[in-house]
Amino acid sequence: MRIIPFLVSATVTAGLVFTLNVQLKLGATKSPRLGYFLSPQHGFWKNAEKINTNFDATILANDLKGEVDVYMDDRLVPHIYADHDEDAYYVQGYLHAKYRLWQMDFQTRVAAGRLSEIAGADKLSIDRFFRRLGMVYGAEQTEAYINENNPMMKATVEAYTAGVNAYLKQLAPEDLPFEYKLMNFEPENWTPQKTYLFLMFMSYDLTGRSASADLQLTNTRDYLGYDLFDQLYTNQQDSLDPIIPKGTVYADPSIVPVQPAQADVAYLKKTTNVDISKVVETPEAPDPNNGSNNWAVSGTMTKSGRPIVCSDPHLGLNLPSLWYEVQITTPTHSTYGASFPGSPAVIIGFNDSLAWGVTNAGRDVLDYYELKFKDTTQNEYWYNGAWKAVTKRVEVIKVKDSADVIENIAMSHWGPVMFDAFYQNPQSKGRNLAVKWTAHNPSTGVETFYQLNRAKNIDDYSKAIQLWKCPGQNFVVATKSGDIAIKQQGDFVARWNRQGDFIMPGEDSTYEWQGIIPFEENPMIKNPARGFVSSANQKSTDASYPYYLGTASSFPLYRGISVNQQLAGMTQVTAQDMQALQTNNYNVFAEQARPALMKFIDKAALSKDAQRMVQVMADWNLYNHPSEKGITVFKLIWDSVETAVWSDELAGSVIPLTKPEAFVLLDQMNRDSNFRVADDINTKDKVETLKEQVMAGIEKATLKCIELEKNNQLSWEAFKATRVLHLTKIPALSRLNLPIGGGVNIINATGENHGPSWRMVVHLTDEIEAYGLYPGGQSGNPGSPYYDSFVDYWAAGKYYRLLFLPKEKLKQHERTKWHIQFKKAVA
Amino acid sequence: MKFILSIFLVALVTFAVGIYGNLPWWSFVVTNLIIAIALPIKPLQSFFAGALGVGALWAGLAFGIDLANNHILSTKVAQILPLGGSYIALIIVTAVVGALLGGLASLTGAFVRKPA
Repeated sequence: MRIIPFLVSATVTAGLVFTLNVQLKLGATKSPRLGYFLSPQHGFWKNAEKINTNFDATILANDLKGEVDVYMDDRLVPHIYADHDEDAYYVQGYLHAKYRLWQMDFQTRVAAGRLSEIAGADKLSIDRFFRRLGMVYGAEQTEAYINENNPMMKATVEAYTAGVNAYLKQLAPEDLPFEYKLMNFEPENWTPQKTYLFLMFMSYDLTGRSASADLQLTNTRDYLGYDLFDQLYTNQQDSLDPIIPKGTVYADPSIVPVQPAQADVAYLKKTTNVDISKVVETPEAPDPNNGSNNWAVSGTMTKSGRPIVCSDPHLGLNLPSLWYEVQITTPTHSTYGASFPGSPAVIIGFNDSLAWGVTNAGRDVLDYYELKFKDTTQNEYWYNGAWKAVTKRVEVIKVKDSADVIENIAMSHWGPVMFDAFYQNPQSKGRNLAVKWTAHNPSTGVETFYQLNRAKNIDDYSKAIQLWKCPGQNFVVATKSGDIAIKQQGDFVARWNRQGDFIMPGEDSTYEWQGIIPFEENPMIKNPARGFVSSANQKSTDASYPYYLGTASSFPLYRGISVNQQLAGMTQVTAQDMQALQTNNYNVFAEQARPALMKFIDKAALSKDAQRMVQVMADWNLYNHPSEKGITVFKLIWDSVETAVWSDELAGSVIPLTKPEAFVLLDQMNRDSNFRVADDINTKDKVETLKEQVMAGIEKATLKCIELEKNNQLSWEAFKATRVLHLTKIPALSRLNLPIGGGVNIINATGENHGPSWRMVVHLTDEIEAYGLYPGGQSGNPGSPYYDSFVDYWAAGKYYRLLFLPKEKLKQHERTKWHIQFKKAVA
Repeated sequence: MKFILSIFLVALVTFAVGIYGNLPWWSFVVTNLIIAIALPIKPLQSFFAGALGVGALWAGLAFGIDLANNHILSTKVAQILPLGGSYIALIIVTAVVGALLGGLASLTGAFVRKPA
C-alpha cells in the first residue's frame, strides 16, 4: 500500500464528497447540496417528468371504507367517484399531496411562523410577526372547537389528513418534490391543524391588511390632525354603486353601537409621542387589491332563460397556483370547482343544483388596543381602573443553523399583545398593542364549503353561509330553478362611526366591541328587479345601512361601477358574453378622471414632448388592452399629479404615510378647483392651484414616458409586465412578461403580480355548461408539462369547458385519459 | 482488459446502489473504492475507469431523462445554477461532477494494492 498517495487521494475524495453534500453560500441565498441535487438517481433529474407520462395507477389503501375511482382528464383534472364521503376527502388529500405537496407544506409552515426553520435566521422577523399576530393561536382555537363540537367536520378533515399522509408514506426519498431538493428540507406529516392554519392564512390574506392599515391611519391622523385627516381620508364616495342598490331600506338595527363619551378627544384626536425602539421588519402587508368580482344574471337576461354565475377571485398570482381543480362525486352529492391544496371540499364551484362564488367583503375585523403595563415584566395591564393579569403564551421558533428563539406573548383579554417592549415596527412607534381579530375565534368555515358542495337551493345556501365567520365574503349564488342572490356574510363588528379605524384605548371597556351583527342583518339581495346581482369589493351598502362599514380605503370603487354598467345594458346573455365581461378591459376610472384632468390642462403652456404625451392620452380608447400606450401615459400622469398634490402634506412625516385614495382627488377635482390641499406648503410666498399642480405633474410624467418610449416599453403589457411568480420568487420557475391587459379598477383586474386567480362561468342549464381556468397548471412540479399549462390560455382570455359528468359518461369521454383506482389491499 | 471490465463494473454497481433512494447519493464512492481494491489496476488507469464509469452513467441517465422531458426542467435548473439556461451545459456539469468523484474514489482504491 502506498500510504502517502492513498492518504492524499482519500482526503481529497472525502473533501469533495463533503463539499458536494452541503449547501454553499451563493450570494444572499444558499445552493442546493450539489452532489445530491445533480445525481440523476437522487436529485432534480428525478423530477423531470416524461412528457407522455401515463398517470394510470392502482393504489392500495386500507383506511378506505370502499373503493374509489378517479378519472383524470386531458388537463390532469381528477374526477373522484367514491361510495363514501370520507373516502372522497381521503382521495382529495392524497391527490393534493401527489401534485402539490411542497406548496401545501411550505404555505402552512409560513402561516405557522416556521419559515426560519427551513430558510434560516433571515426570515425570523416574518415568523415573529405571524406568531405574535396569533396565527397558531387561532388555528388551535378552531381545532379544539371542531374536535369538541363538530364530529362531521372532524371526520372530514381527518379523512383528508389521512389521505395526505398515505401519499407521504409511500413517497420514496428520490421522488421528493423538486423544491425540497432545491431548498434542502423534508416534508412532515399532515395534521388537521395544518388545514386550519392554511385557512388562517387566507383570513390573514383577506382581512390582515388592517394589521398595518390601522397603524398607518393612526399615524396619519396624528400627523395631520383629525380634521384634515377626515378630509383627505374621507369615507364619502360620490360615485359609489354599492352591492345592495342605493335606496334599499334597511330594518332598524338590533344593536346600536354607542360611541364612548370622551371618544372625540380621547380617541379620534388623540396624539401619541413615543420613541421608536427595537424596530423589526414585518412581512409585506397583504395586497390592497386582494379582491374579486362575482355576479349572477337571472334567466330574464339570458338567451337560455337560465341563470349564469360568474366568479373570479383576485389574489396574488403564484406557481404552483393556490387553486387545484377537482370533481367530487359521492352518493350524497356531486360538485366541481377550485379547491385549496391544504383543505378538503370545493371552495368556488358548482353542483348539480346551483353554483356559487365569493368576493372579499373588505370589512374591518381586526383592531388594536393600546395597553399600559404595570412594569417591565408585562404581567399586568391597566383596565377599567384596576390592574388585570395577562397569561403568557410561549412559542418556540426553531431556526436553521442557529439557536431557538422563544416568544413570550402576553395574552390580554383583548387578544395577543402583538407589539410591546420586545417587538416594534416603524409604524407601531413604541406602543404596547393588543390585537383583537375575529380570525382568533373558532371557525366553522370548512363546513360552509362542505354544505355549499351539497346545497340544493337558496335555503341550503343560506344555512351553509351562516356558518361563515372570517374572512367576510360576498357569497353569490344562482340555482337551476332560477333564483339568484348575493349576501355579505361573516362575523362583522357592530361599530360606531370610525370605531377601530385607529388604535383604541385598551384601558377602557367602553371601547369594547359592542356586538357582532346578526346574520339576518348582514346585507343581502335576492332576485332583484334589475335581473342581476354583483359585487366587486365596493361598499356593500349606501349610508342608510345602520352599521359603520369601515374606512373607504378598504373598498375599491370603480370595478363595481364598471360591472354594473356593463350588466345593466345586457340582454340575451350567453356564457360567452360572460367570459367577455370577465376579461373586459374598459377603464371606468379613466373615463371619469381623464376629462377632469383635461379641464386643468393649458396645452399651449406645455413643453413639446408633454403636448405629444397629452395627445396620446387624449386619443386613447379607454381600454387597458395590452398594446395601448394611452393607458400607460394616463397612469403616469395621474400618479404624478397625485404625488404633486399630496406629497408636501405627507412628506414631512418621519414614518411613511399612505396617500389618500384616487377617488378623493378625483372627487375634489370635480367639485372644486380651489381645493386647499393643492397648495404646496413648501412654497411660502405663493398659493398653488390645482391647475399648476396638474401642469407640473404632466411635465414630470412626460420625462418618464419619453424614457419608456425610447426603450419600447410604453405599451401597457410591456409597462405592466404581468408575471406569475413561483412561491420562492425564483424567476426561472416563474412565468414573466405575459401579454395581458387589464389592471387596477378594471374588471379584468390583472396587475403586475396580482389578478384573476380563478375564472369561472357557470350556465345553469339542465346539463351544466361550465367554463373556467386559473393561471397555473394541475401539477406543482416545475418539471412537469402540466406545471404551467393553463397560463398562456389564461393570458389570452380563453376558457376551458369543464367536464362535469356522471361516472359512466365521464369514463367514456374522449377527453378522459387516465384511471387511478384506490382499493383495499387483499387481506 | 481489466480497465474495460472496471469501467463496466463501476457503472453497473453505481447504478445498482443508486436504485435505493435511502442510501446516500455518494454511495458509489464506497463501491468504487471496493472495486478498485478488488480489481487492482494502475492508479491513472483506475482514475479513468472510475471517472468514465460514473461519468458515462450519469451523462447517459441525465441525457435520457432530459430527452423524455423535452428539456422542461433542465432549462429551468440551468438558469438557477446558473448555466445560461443550457440543458447541454447542465448534462455536462452533471457528468463532470460524477466523473470527478468516481475517478477520485477509484484512484484512492488503486493505492491500496499493487496491480498483479
